[in-house]
Amino acid sequence: MTALLEVKNLKTYFKKKKVNIPAVDGVDLKINKGETVALVGESGSGKSITSLSIMRLIPSPPGEIVDGEILFDGKDIVKLTENDMCKIRGNDISMIFQEPMTSLNPVLTIGEQIIEVLMYHQKMSKSTARNRAIEMLELVGFSRAKALIDDYPHRLSGGMRQRVMIAIAMSCNPKLLIADEPTTALDVTIQAQILDLMKDLSKKSDTSILIITHDLGVVSEVADRVVVMYCGQVVEEASVDDLFDEPLHPYTTGLMGSIPSLDGDVERLYSIEGTVPPPEHFPVGCRFAPRCPHAFDRCRNEDPSLITIKGSRSVRCFLHGDKEATL
Amino acid sequence: MVSYIFRRTLMAIPLLLGITILSFAIIKAAPGGPVAMLMDPKMKASDREKFEEKYGLNDPVYVQYFKWLGNMAKGDFGESLIKRGTPVSELILNRLPNTLLLMTVSFLLAVLIAIPIGIYSAMRPYSPLDYTFTVGSFLGVATPNFWFGLILIMFFSVTLGWFPTGGVATLNAPFSLWDRIHHLILPALVLATADLAALTRYTRSSMLDVLKQDYIRTAKSKGFKEKKVVIKHGIRNGMIPIITLFGLMLPSFIGGAAITEKVFAWPGLGQLFIDSAFQRDYPVIMALTVISAVFVVIGNLLADILYAIFDPRIEY
Repeated sequence: MTALLEVKNLKTYFKKKKVNIPAVDGVDLKINKGETVALVGESGSGKSITSLSIMRLIPSPPGEIVDGEILFDGKDIVKLTENDMCKIRGNDISMIFQEPMTSLNPVLTIGEQIIEVLMYHQKMSKSTARNRAIEMLELVGFSRAKALIDDYPHRLSGGMRQRVMIAIAMSCNPKLLIADEPTTALDVTIQAQILDLMKDLSKKSDTSILIITHDLGVVSEVADRVVVMYCGQVVEEASVDDLFDEPLHPYTTGLMGSIPSLDGDVERLYSIEGTVPPPEHFPVGCRFAPRCPHAFDRCRNEDPSLITIKGSRSVRCFLHGDKEATL
Repeated sequence: MVSYIFRRTLMAIPLLLGITILSFAIIKAAPGGPVAMLMDPKMKASDREKFEEKYGLNDPVYVQYFKWLGNMAKGDFGESLIKRGTPVSELILNRLPNTLLLMTVSFLLAVLIAIPIGIYSAMRPYSPLDYTFTVGSFLGVATPNFWFGLILIMFFSVTLGWFPTGGVATLNAPFSLWDRIHHLILPALVLATADLAALTRYTRSSMLDVLKQDYIRTAKSKGFKEKKVVIKHGIRNGMIPIITLFGLMLPSFIGGAAITEKVFAWPGLGQLFIDSAFQRDYPVIMALTVISAVFVVIGNLLADILYAIFDPRIEY
């Protein structure tokens, strides 16, 4: 399989009062063609900043990609000019966001918000673009697309707006769709519909998906591969089956343990103790050590590196590094 | 929409009546009267009474009010007490075009300069140019119109001689467009500065707010360049709060220019208003008050209609 997107040692820092805050600190990420990769982590782990870095939409100042490469289709998009990046955004890479209620422009019709992308990237005429927009709306499940196209977003519910966002994002047949917590703001029945829709569309158009979420239920449903982030770093990467069968990193284990199970008779829900430290106070050594039940002296002094295990998965933890070495 | 406008217009009637009652009461409560302004102090008391009798100034205030109201309902604003024999409507109509011209030009000037500056400031907040505009607009708000006008007259008219010191046109000269513009520049500039400064600040803060919204991020993620994002997705949203300001500015078209008109000897309604107030020329004062009140109502109505045009979420 060839890689569509390869992020290498990405570092996105924010400057705050002359201090550099490492929101994303050396992330490696690979997405193959047609693959769905889930980026998982708690709030503040740097997953959204990673996705915005790929879109080159980091608010700058104060944010800046200080190091690393983002190879998309073999081109390093970190080095692209803003003009060239504009040709990729919305066309080759498009994005949907967490807040469907506020992500659409309230003063433009739904149709206009799809048509403008098509006219801009695909150089379609207004009438061709309009027909294509109706097609897209039907594709994302609106039965009366022709009437809807001249309506304004405030008439739609959150789930419907997210469908419109998907229609916008998919209208140019992007190679990569980045979905930043696309279902977090929606209720559960709608979540499933939206996820199915995304899976469906990506299969039809061979689009790769990078889905950002903290919901492992979503991960198990859509992802082929999972990348777990903690404190701006990747701590574990594995196929979805491997990860759910045998999580290696204590953080991943903790995340899994926090899912309430249907058959278990548990009084209290398990939670990882403590909170994610803010980027300006990342601990020395392993960043998870202060919250880790298995931490030993080495974890608090030395920074573990991401090591490959069993050829296909990798983890950033001394527990496994040593095991592998002794085996 | 049409029924909404109709309902709003009906609702304006009691409002306007209330305004006339209040202003009538207040102006009558002020000491002095037109007779004191006009009469020779040596004049006999009987003559004075005759005058007051003739113009109904001795009637009880409510009788005077209803008489005035009845006439106004027929479209008759009465005669000026000071310039006897001149109908109030004639006085006003003579000056209305001057004021409207001055106000429209200065308003357009303010809007055309303020909105681009405000938008730029919002796009590059805390940049050196933004700070410059900020300081400039605070100066603009803080500078009193009459002082700024006098300084401009001193510098550009007296010292440099580039512009006339006042008036709408050169006296006794045939009409010439250039002459009119020449006379208009300084007073329009002075009037524009205050509005300009306030509008710049409002536009900046409104646009700053809009540019942080999620749909702007969506527009960026579509690959549009900054300019297109701001123009297509930002401005229309950013203008919605500014519409309120436009609605509030409209009534000032009638009386707002009083001081500037005085400084530049601009024969407009503002000057007329000040003069009549000092001379207790009741019919003129009341007529101008009613017109201003009507403008307030129209301004609010226009703002509400514009809201509905700019913001599809609003329906009437």
